[in-house]
This record gives sequence, C-alpha cells and structure tokens, in this order.
Amino acid sequence: MSILVDKNTRLMVQGITGREGSFHTKQCVAYGTNVVAGVTPGKGGTRHEGIPVFNTASEAVDTEGANATMIFVPPAFAADAIMEAAAANIPLIVCITEGIPTLDMVRVATALSRSRSRLIGPNCPGIITPGQCKIGIMPGRIYKEGHVGVVSRSGTLTYEAVWQLTGREIGQSTCVGIGGDPIIGTNFIDALRLFNEDRKTRLIVMMGEIGGTAEEEAAQFVKENVKKPVVGFIAGQTAPPGRRMGHAGAIIAGGKGTAAEKMQVMRQCGLHVVTSPADIGEAAARALGSVTK
Amino acid sequence: MKIHEYQAKEIFSQFGVPIPRGEVASNCHEVYDIARHLGGTVVLKAQIHAGGRGKGGGVRLAKSPEEAEALAREMKEFYLGIAIDRSTQRPVFMASPEGGVDIEKVAAETPHRIFKEYIDPAVGFQPFQARKLAFVLGLGSELVNPAVKIFLSLCRAFEATDASLVEVNPFAITADSKLLALDAKMNFDDNALFRHKELLELRDYNEEDPLEIQASRHGINYIRLEGNIACMVNGAGLAMATMDIIKLAGGSPANFLDVGGGANADQIRNAFHILVADRNVRAVLINIFGGIMRCDIVANGVVEAAKAVRLKIPVVVRLEGTNVEQGQEILKSSGLKFTVAHGMKDAAEKVVAAAR
Repeated sequence: MSILVDKNTRLMVQGITGREGSFHTKQCVAYGTNVVAGVTPGKGGTRHEGIPVFNTASEAVDTEGANATMIFVPPAFAADAIMEAAAANIPLIVCITEGIPTLDMVRVATALSRSRSRLIGPNCPGIITPGQCKIGIMPGRIYKEGHVGVVSRSGTLTYEAVWQLTGREIGQSTCVGIGGDPIIGTNFIDALRLFNEDRKTRLIVMMGEIGGTAEEEAAQFVKENVKKPVVGFIAGQTAPPGRRMGHAGAIIAGGKGTAAEKMQVMRQCGLHVVTSPADIGEAAARALGSVTK
Repeated sequence: MKIHEYQAKEIFSQFGVPIPRGEVASNCHEVYDIARHLGGTVVLKAQIHAGGRGKGGGVRLAKSPEEAEALAREMKEFYLGIAIDRSTQRPVFMASPEGGVDIEKVAAETPHRIFKEYIDPAVGFQPFQARKLAFVLGLGSELVNPAVKIFLSLCRAFEATDASLVEVNPFAITADSKLLALDAKMNFDDNALFRHKELLELRDYNEEDPLEIQASRHGINYIRLEGNIACMVNGAGLAMATMDIIKLAGGSPANFLDVGGGANADQIRNAFHILVADRNVRAVLINIFGGIMRCDIVANGVVEAAKAVRLKIPVVVRLEGTNVEQGQEILKSSGLKFTVAHGMKDAAEKVVAAAR
C-alpha cells in the first residue's frame, strides 16, 4: 500500500512539450511511471517522446484514461491548467509550477472546493511512491521502498531527509511535497490523515517551515487523530521576521509563524521534534525502533 | 514588493478612497513651501518602508496650535486591513475600532476587537459585509453608506493590483464628520508583478540592500543577515535549514541564498560574487543537494567561480547526489583550498571552525 499514487496510476502531463515538462516526463518514464498522455494546446494529434499529445485535458482523459496529471505550465497560465484538469474530473493534480499569483490560487481553491479533484502543490517537487510511481522533479534513485511516509513544504530539504533515511536502510511508503506557497491544495492535515489510514506506513516524517499556522494545526490533528509516531522538523529557526525566505509562504508576519512557536506546539502535541536538520534520519530510526518492538 | 505611503495614497485615490490633501517633499525647502501652501497645521510623515513610523519619530506635527490639537483629539481613529487568510484560502477584510495604534498588539491582546469578513472570490466583497463592519465599528448611520463605498473601493484596489496587503491605520472620522484614509500601506504579490508593469515603477531601490538588488537581477534569492558565515544552497527549505545548522554549530549565518533548482555554472558564479561582496564574511559554506543536477557539473561551476572571484577565504563544500565522488575529486584536484564535508553536521562544524 501507499497513498495517492501507485502502479495503477496513469499519468498525463500538461505542458509536456516545454523544456522542463519534456525533461521531467522522460525522468518519470525512466523511473517506471506509466505516462499515457500529454497536453499542449495546438499540438494535439502529435507524439512527444512516443507519448500521444492532446489539445485539451478532457480529450486526454477520455482517450487514454489518465487518472493523474503533472503540470509544468508557466506561472501566468498555471491556474487555468489546474482548473482545466479539475473540469476534466481528473482525481489527482500535481502542479510543479513555481510563481503562480496568490489571487489566482484563491480562485483555484474555490473552484477545487466544488470538484472531486485533489491538488498537490503548486511550487512543489511532486509525489513519489518508491518503486512504483514518480510524479514530479525529485531524484528517483535516492528513494527506497519502505514504511515511512514523508510530507514536506520544501524540495531539496525533503531530498536531504530521504537521503538520511535511505542511508540507514529505512525506506519510504510515499513522499509528498505539498509546496512552499501560501495557498496550496493538499495540506499537512490531508497528508497526515492519508498516512494514518495507510497500512504500509508505520512512521511519518513531517517537515515544515516558517510562515502561517499550518504546522500548528497539523500538530493538533496529530494529537487528536494520528496513532503513528511523527517526527517533525521546522526550517527557518534563524530567519529574520518580515522577510520572504525564498518560498512565497515562508515569512514571519506580525510576529506569527516563527519556528520556535511551531516547534513548541509540535512538542506539546507529542511529535518527535528535531532541532537539527542533520538528525531527521536518526530520529526516524529511533522512533521506528520503538514501533517495531 | 513594498511601496511608500504617498504612492499607496495615489492608488487609493484612483479607486475613490478619500485621502487628505498632501504633497511629497524631497528637501527642507520643499517642506516649507508645501506647508505654506497647505496652510494651518501640517503633519510631516517620513516616507520609508519600515513600519512603526510614529513610534520611531517618523511622524510629527509641524505646528500645533491648541485648536488643532483639540480637533485631533476629537478625531475617531479606526484600523482597516485586507490580507490573504491562509487557513480559509481567501482574502479577509479586517476592521477594528482600535485604530491609530500598533495593530499587532491589538491582535495579540484583544483579538475580539478585530472584526473580520471573508471575501468569496467567486462573487467578491458584498455591500452587506461592508455594512456589517461599518456598524460594528460604531459609525453613525449617516456615515455607514459612505464607509461602505470606501470599503468596497479598498477591496477593488486590493484585487486590481494583486496586493498581498492593504492597510489603513488610521482610518479617521474628522471633526466635521468626514471619513479619511490618513495612512496608506500596500504590499504587492511578487508573483503577480509580471502583469502590473505600472507598479514596478514604484519600487524604491534606496529602501533595499544593494547586494539584494544585484541578486534579484540574477534571479537569485538572497537575503543579507548579520553573521559572518556565507552560505550558498539550492532550494529555499534546505537554505533555511543550512542557516539553522550553522547557528546550532555555534556560528552565525551571513545570509540566506537559494541558487535555485537548476543551479548552473553561471548562477553559481553570480552567487559567489554576491557572497564575497559582503565584507563581514569570514568563510563560505556551499551545500548543494544535486537532485537531477549532477555533482560534477556543480563542482566545476564552483571551481571556475572561485577562480574568477579570486577567493581568499576558506570554503567548505558539501555535495550530495549523482556523481558525488567525481564532484569531490574535481574540488580536491583544483589547486584551491576547498574543505570537503560529508553531511550537513560535518559541514556546519567545519565552516564554523574555519570562520574563527
């Protein structure tokens, strides 16, 4: 088992003929992901890297039975692409695009609340179930099949944590990058709920960062609902207030969203909080040891 | 992006929000001329991006006859604000009768004194919502309709400019019962600036750090800090985590720097130039997790860049990912004094020692 994606995932790629879309589609195929279609308006009827290309998302879904999409459309058009995918009733939308205007995402969030589609991202590395399906830009070879669920707001920091896990022979059930923007689709609580219900997942690693209160809300959810141990880390313990730290959502505003506050709430809610990013793998190994015994 | 009060007031006025008469001075002579032209008591407000101007002495009454002071006392002051609420994923219109003071203090101490109406993006801010706020602020019935008009205008200004924050503090009722936006603050969503070329012209480079401006021209995310250990990292989360681990190892980070996902040789060279231009820097830590990017390419970029800037301070490099052995070999055989680190903890300890 795993969450959201597995061997049965039939992926379509919106923006498949662009530079990024093309490169990462090849990487996903090489990993073993079943990429069944691409969408680029105006290039319908052609093939790209052997994959059939369609003008619209609904054609790709109707013809090839795609049940997930990966979006590489530029920021100015990405919100439209997400809504097109949702209108095509595709169950899972993974949006990699960074730099989408916040008010566009406000409208997308409203549109999605009326649809059955789940959005992951935007501004995220994607989602991977090791050994089965990779949707996104993460380096597939650092992952290993196993029992740790990983959910994170960042990209390379997740790779760092996964590398620490795999280096200790600790595999992962599924790893989800939920994205660094202020308005995102799937949030920490959604991912935690799925991992909690997933029988293969024995431990959850949750990596947050400064800005907003999503980590505090997630910690409260863990305390009330999650039966599995959760290892937590917050990036930005040394970040100054009022400055946007790379990610659009990573900003301490009005004294809210500090790492210290988030870590304190997470500790109070029973999470295994690590202060150093170098200790994530070690903490997971310890927590996992106590689970298996 | 932030702009000045006078610029935000110009935008307010375009959307029909009433603002007091005023002009911008760039020197003392102009201040004199404008004050004479306006007549009576005038307020001098320093045009800087920083908040808390009143407390910092940036807002002064230039002349204060007793009557003017009495009039000022009679003025009722409110707080108005529009921001994005992350939890509901909607813009929220906030209003508080506790205006003219530090709103963060109100939020912390008496949060029930801040009233909120969430804006449904499908239908927009509705007059009934504006009316509700006008009534809870205790505005007299003759002022409710004018207030509704102003609140709706503020919302239009927020949406039309892709703002991330609009604040009016204070929003005042004058002694002759007029509503006025005495202050104006607007921040804009950087992601949306591509469709607001007119706003880009309002950017004041004097308010920004020169190195940060240089970095932004190269598409590098760089924020200057107080410490003496520079760091270059790929990815925002890992960059923050690298700063954190430097601190945990007893050092102090000189900056946040994210070279971006596709860190090529050019970007690494640009980043190097910016890092070493900070005179406080005593050592550099490079932490690159080569995901898709190969470590040998990163290493070549680092060597080339270090030679180009004639780097004299110690550099600790931590590479991980594809072709990591080749990358480390390139660093060792470069003839430059790189310290190769294994893992983040090792890297942090080595760079802290090197900076001493």
